Amino acid sequence: MNGKTAVEIRGATKSFGTHRVLDGIDLDIRAGQVAAVIGPSGAGKSTLLRTINHLDQLDLGYVKVLGELIGVREHRGRLHELGDRAIRQQRSRIGFVFQNFNLFPHLTILENVTEAPRAHRRPTPEKRALELLEKVGIAEKAHAYPRQLSGGQQQRAAIARALALEPELILFDEPTSALDPELVGEVLAVIKELARTGTTLVIVTHEIAFAREVADLVFFLDGGRLIEHGPAADVIDNPQHPRTREFIGKVL
Amino acid sequence: MSADSSTAPRLQVDTPPPDDLLTSRPVIRSRHPWRWVATAVVLVLAVQLGHGLISNPFYQWDRFRFWFTQAPILEGLLLTLEVAAWSAVLGLLGGVVLALMRLSGVALLQAVSWTYIWIFRAVPLIVLLLFLFNFSALYPQLSIGIPFGPAFSGIDTTDLLGYTVIGVIGLSLNEAAYAAEVVRAGLASVDQGQHEAANALGLSRARQFRRIVLPQAQRAIVPAYVNQLVGLIKASSLVSYVSLLDLFGTVQTLGATFPGDIVPLLLVATVWYVILTSVLSVVQYYVERYYARGSQRTVPPTPFQRLRTVTRKRFA
Ligand SMILES: Nc1ncnc2c1ncn2[C@@H]1O[C@H](COP(=O)(O)OP(=O)(O)O)[C@@H](O)[C@H]1O
Ligand SMILES: [Mg+2]
Repeated sequence: MNGKTAVEIRGATKSFGTHRVLDGIDLDIRAGQVAAVIGPSGAGKSTLLRTINHLDQLDLGYVKVLGELIGVREHRGRLHELGDRAIRQQRSRIGFVFQNFNLFPHLTILENVTEAPRAHRRPTPEKRALELLEKVGIAEKAHAYPRQLSGGQQQRAAIARALALEPELILFDEPTSALDPELVGEVLAVIKELARTGTTLVIVTHEIAFAREVADLVFFLDGGRLIEHGPAADVIDNPQHPRTREFIGKVL
Repeated sequence: MSADSSTAPRLQVDTPPPDDLLTSRPVIRSRHPWRWVATAVVLVLAVQLGHGLISNPFYQWDRFRFWFTQAPILEGLLLTLEVAAWSAVLGLLGGVVLALMRLSGVALLQAVSWTYIWIFRAVPLIVLLLFLFNFSALYPQLSIGIPFGPAFSGIDTTDLLGYTVIGVIGLSLNEAAYAAEVVRAGLASVDQGQHEAANALGLSRARQFRRIVLPQAQRAIVPAYVNQLVGLIKASSLVSYVSLLDLFGTVQTLGATFPGDIVPLLLVATVWYVILTSVLSVVQYYVERYYARGSQRTVPPTPFQRLRTVTRKRFA
């Protein structure tokens, strides 16, 4: 683990209409760290995560990934949104795993994984995809269609797809929330394995025990604000803020 | 237990039978006697109708047989197919463009698309065709030049627009308005998560459309558009009003020359239109089946497969 900053967020603020969903969030995650974002439903966790690869745009503030402004550039003291092409380039360095997998249903698992590398003209997409499917334990499903897989297998395929461009940072939005309880473990095992390899991970999750075990940092969000953050063990075992205490008491 | 049930007395309404007897025999379905009565009545009417069709001299079936494959009729049929096919393709292309404009998020493009669909769905096709037919009278010269300024070169519209072209343009303009709605509904049916996943992978907008959105939208678009084409084939008969000898136009012209044969000639046209739309219906059926794959666990049986299972059950 080196000291480079992987994710730097400053003053992140966003409203949907009059509803302020993110309210001046600052956070830092160093390269190689695993960060868990927790908080009640509607806290703004997904929105925060989506601003990190510019799926949602900030009204105020900025996001930097590995030192580079995301989705905007600075010009004479103001931030200007980047063009499509530049944003695409940035997104290719950031993996995203959705709660509902969002696999492409008309493509096989293998085609799902090779789609992005082909689009970005990476060498030997197929060989690499098969290695990734091996890694997440569904190599034998390479030629199946997403609907023929269990939820756990689909999410593992989605993780393989997110890994296909060899991202420096991977974002997970409640990766196990849509799964039957007995399938949660297999997906968490894959994420745990990723954490060991030193890729920076940001995981929105309700699996507090998992966060306690795997995450280096925990960020607790409520009402669009960052209420409390710190080393996972501190925040989860010994929360300082009453709202954090209440939330952890409820979900543990 | 089994010895029990085999010696059990016949069921009485007032003495509840032992449980294992009730559970071991299949449920007897209710009979629906009225369905049989209705079937019989309809059958009698159908036979009567069929008999009337065949035996009534009014229809002149021998003349029908004579005309059915006459060269002018087949030429008309070919023209109908040609006009309908061009209009189907051009209408779909126009529809895709209109739908993309509508979904573009650019206010002016959306307004243009909306207005186009609004107008061309409102104007009756026959009115549109007659307008185009008189187009050469309205704009005898089509010219290329600066808008509102001098023209550099001009073409005579009557040279440019043969009657077939007028027919195809009219049908295509009309068809595009309907196709646009079909395409738009198809594109909108693709889950928002698919766009997000494609975005997150950094796919270009063109690639997203081509590889992710369109193939999924096609599942909704193709069957609906094939259905739309049945209407197009029939609507193509209106081109006879702009001097085109399509199937219907030919029949009308022949009917004027052979007034005694007008009924068999109309029957000839009817049967050919039925054949064309039937072919399309079969195509539509199989296209729908094809696109249902992957979305349904088991594909429903084809009519032939169903017929086979029914006859097997009945006569086994
Ligand atoms: N596209 C949107 N339009 C309007 N409101 C939204 C939109 N996305 C999210 N919200 C609102 O923003 C708030 C935070 O949403 P979200 O970030 O999804 O919360 P979380 O992931 O913590 O449950 C919620 O109140 C939600 O209703
Ligand atoms: Mg969420």
